Amino acid sequence: MSYEVVIGLEVHTELKTESKIFCGCSTKFGSDQNTNVCPVCLGLPGVLPVLNEKVVDFAVRTGLALNCKILPFSKFDRKNYYYPDLPKNFQTSQSDLPIAVNGYLDIEVNGETKRIGITRVHMEEDAGKLVHAGTIARSDYALVDYNRTGVPLLEIVSEPDIRSAEEAKAYLEKLKAILQYIDISDCKMEEGSLRCDANISLRPMGATQLGTKAELKNMNSFRSVQRGIEYEVDRQAEVLDDGGKVIQETRSWDDGKGITISMRSKEQAHDYRFFPEPDLIPIVVDPARVEEIRINLPELPDARKVRLVTNHGLSTYDAEVLTASRAMADYFDQVVTLGADAKAAANWLMGDLSKHLNAGEVAINECLVTPQRLAGLLALLDKGTISSKIAKTVFEEMWTTGKDAETIVQEKGLVQISDEGAIIAVVEAVIAASPQSVADYQAGKERAIGFLVGQVMKQTKGRANPELVNKLLRDRM
Amino acid sequence: MKITNKDVQQVALLSRLEIPTEDMEQVTGELNAILDYMLVLNRVDTTGIEPTAHVLPLKNVMRPDQVAPSLPRELALANAPEQEEGYFKVPKIMEG
Amino acid sequence: MFHSTIHELHNKLTNKEVSAVEIAKAVFTRIDAVEDKVKSYITQNRETALVQAQAVDERIKAGKAISPLAGIPGAIKDNICTKDIKTTCASKMLANFIPPYNATVMEKLAAEQAVLVGKTNMDEFAMGGSTENSAYQQTANPWDISTVPGGSSGGSAAAVSAGEAVWALGSDTGGSIRQPAAYCGVVGLKPTYGLVSRYGLVAFASSLDQIGPITRDVTDCAIVLNAIAGHDSKDSTSIKAGSTDYTKALVNDVKGLRIGLPKEYFVAGMNPEVEKAIYKAVEQFTALGAEVVEVSMPHTEYALSAYYVIAPAEASSNLARYDGVGFGLRVDGDDIVSMYKNTRSKGFGAEVKRRIMLGTYALSSGYYDAYYKKALQVRTLVKQDFDRAFEKVDLLVTPTAPTPAFKLGEKSNDPLAMYLEDVCTIPVNLAGIPALALPCGFAGNLPIGLQLIGRPLGEATILRAAYTFEQNTDYHKRFAPLGEV
Repeated sequence: MSYEVVIGLEVHTELKTESKIFCGCSTKFGSDQNTNVCPVCLGLPGVLPVLNEKVVDFAVRTGLALNCKILPFSKFDRKNYYYPDLPKNFQTSQSDLPIAVNGYLDIEVNGETKRIGITRVHMEEDAGKLVHAGTIARSDYALVDYNRTGVPLLEIVSEPDIRSAEEAKAYLEKLKAILQYIDISDCKMEEGSLRCDANISLRPMGATQLGTKAELKNMNSFRSVQRGIEYEVDRQAEVLDDGGKVIQETRSWDDGKGITISMRSKEQAHDYRFFPEPDLIPIVVDPARVEEIRINLPELPDARKVRLVTNHGLSTYDAEVLTASRAMADYFDQVVTLGADAKAAANWLMGDLSKHLNAGEVAINECLVTPQRLAGLLALLDKGTISSKIAKTVFEEMWTTGKDAETIVQEKGLVQISDEGAIIAVVEAVIAASPQSVADYQAGKERAIGFLVGQVMKQTKGRANPELVNKLLRDRM
Repeated sequence: MKITNKDVQQVALLSRLEIPTEDMEQVTGELNAILDYMLVLNRVDTTGIEPTAHVLPLKNVMRPDQVAPSLPRELALANAPEQEEGYFKVPKIMEG
Repeated sequence: MFHSTIHELHNKLTNKEVSAVEIAKAVFTRIDAVEDKVKSYITQNRETALVQAQAVDERIKAGKAISPLAGIPGAIKDNICTKDIKTTCASKMLANFIPPYNATVMEKLAAEQAVLVGKTNMDEFAMGGSTENSAYQQTANPWDISTVPGGSSGGSAAAVSAGEAVWALGSDTGGSIRQPAAYCGVVGLKPTYGLVSRYGLVAFASSLDQIGPITRDVTDCAIVLNAIAGHDSKDSTSIKAGSTDYTKALVNDVKGLRIGLPKEYFVAGMNPEVEKAIYKAVEQFTALGAEVVEVSMPHTEYALSAYYVIAPAEASSNLARYDGVGFGLRVDGDDIVSMYKNTRSKGFGAEVKRRIMLGTYALSSGYYDAYYKKALQVRTLVKQDFDRAFEKVDLLVTPTAPTPAFKLGEKSNDPLAMYLEDVCTIPVNLAGIPALALPCGFAGNLPIGLQLIGRPLGEATILRAAYTFEQNTDYHKRFAPLGEV
């Protein structure tokens, strides 16, 4: 039986404010346990929350970047449940009147653009962290660190418009790019500043009613989101093919085993008993302020992509790759502003630079090959001071040492020899020493010239200008 | 709306309270008496009436995004029933 | 001296007739004489109190001016967080809880150099109308120790009434300042919601709770209100009302004041002495130049039900944090859920558990609209009743409670009967408006309290009317016949 896969994604992102959502404690990641806490985020008797205005700003910014409607009246609600990472045993969140609703973002899959709806964006507070001696199932006790309680979160819920694991990945990548572009979050899944849960159901092709969905949690990287969804889709298809029914439940992705596991016994009736948070005052966003935020939105990925194609003549594919992250796109813009040719910059970014970045060595804004240095290298190439082959060597040197291209070229004496006079002697010597290759070339074997060029390059330690060598050889044969 | 022993058990679970079996009848009885009294509310016509969640005509009460000193850890843990190496310690959490 | 008022003692201090240390010691002596009968205090703070008094004496000696509350011993209800001083809410759950921070009102009182005698008894977590729900001790009404002092601020009211404190702070969610003040023959004010910061008040029902003064007379009430009122950036529900000097409202004049008498507050089953006393008080107002208008508040009968949905609902959420994890009592269990259940079942008393269950039920799925949402709509109607009434009058005059203090144990087996005592005070909390109780007569030897209800931020009008009444009567000069007077 052929099934249509219906997926909705719930993404939580930690906002990069200085202080927590309801108190002045620092949101800094990685501090010693329980050192960024105060009576308010500890939920001590008698304390009260006060909303951080930047959280609202970031939430509006996000809603606008995702093409949502900003609700004129929005409020907080309490979500009541018991868990040791929740000091008050309720989470202050937003229920029926979230800050933003009815948006969308566009993804590219297989060369086609697809629009994924966004149901809502709302603000809430994060919970603490549980540390277990051993694994959860086998420890006698758990340890709680409340540093993270009260860190501001945005929850972004998509419409169930996603139809495959691939689309899910594209959605996540696009969402991450947008959130980075508008600078509201670091979006580091490995640090927990971006989290994703998936709701997955299957239905027969052509059916309109939704099938029973399972909620998938604990996918801690884009890769595991993709693998988790793929596994779950297969699992549900098997159940249905066998004539069974999919159970509505929460399942946990086990990355090590590559399977999803039912968390069904954890599912006591979760009646959250939402009611309006009495300690916080509703938010009435001023339309003028919303406009101000909208006008000041930075250029978003899609717009940036269009600009790269239109202004710099890049291919759609190249533009897509370059704008996938704000850091990469900013880097590219800087290199071009420094005078480099756009296509050359694109090639080097997507080629040699990305090779190193993808090896996970370091982030683009931390690597030693800064935009200035790359522009310097491209300038040397453009002037003909070095050949493209030499440039690759120079690049490697730049990557490890952080020295600029000029310095390396000088130090290693790599300046390209473009003076005919200097090369002619070598060319003639090589011609004289390789009669077979010369004969082959003259007999019509174009490839023979490669050997001859190689010989000249060897004699000149790679410094001869290859185009010039080629020309001089051809002239003499 | 009569509340049954089963309802009471469910509510007790949601509230993390243990109602001893011998008290169940009495607790259910008391709750029913009070809830019956609440039904008085049904006599009021509230069509078109907005619920009041906040009595004050306030809006947009916020603070600037500024870091303020946190509690020193010893004070944060001073009232903790059990702690270990700077963490709050709790009994095991059953999962599945 | 222990029956003196704040303003009398302030004059004595500034005239150097007495020292702050002497005042404090006089209060301690009084406590020693009657506390075994009254049992107002859960915790006493004598050493620190003397240090505080000493500091005031030094200031006076140095010729510096002192604030009206400086050096005057007061008592604080034990649900207001006092830094480094045990704060129990009269519950086993917080038997050893020592807050690492001060409630905002405590900071303000410290700035005034008030002297803190101790923390007073109350109904557990402020849930109750008699202080019989305390997990520690039973406070008695100084006027008749076989009767209740009222609740939930029973300890604070009894302390002031018995001279064990010159003034006190209480909290009021459904009448918990006004009713005990009425029962104990003292003055109690619930300010406009948002006028006094709730930061540091252990929450019961967040949209209804307010801290307020309990004092011997109206002048003292204005003095304490001055000290504690004001915007607090730590409380999002705090009002930014310009700074008012409430003592300026203490004017002996009600000519032209329009007073409303809502017929719905004179409930069937009301004690006839109480009814008589209220009408007599109204006659006194008329004689002094006020105009009486009968008003109707048609939704009054529904206010009680709405309150007993809203307050427990908010409480069920506010009290969820008492779980043995971060602070307070822990009763162990094999796993965390058992630990939660054991801790909460042993840590909370019966009334608290009852309200948590009610509140949880009212919010649970399937019942939210029928109970909680409905109650919030009724709340709107109750508020509208007041808004309409205040178009015609400046103040409302009502009984504070339908009966005077009842006997200990009389209502403790019937929660519903207990709830019905709140019928006159509850609508005020639902609307968030201010109200004051002051003595206006006796039923036998038990005090009767008059309630004056005002517009939002109408404390000045209330105080003026109350002061005028007081100046023309002498109830504030009568003391409970307890120990040596």
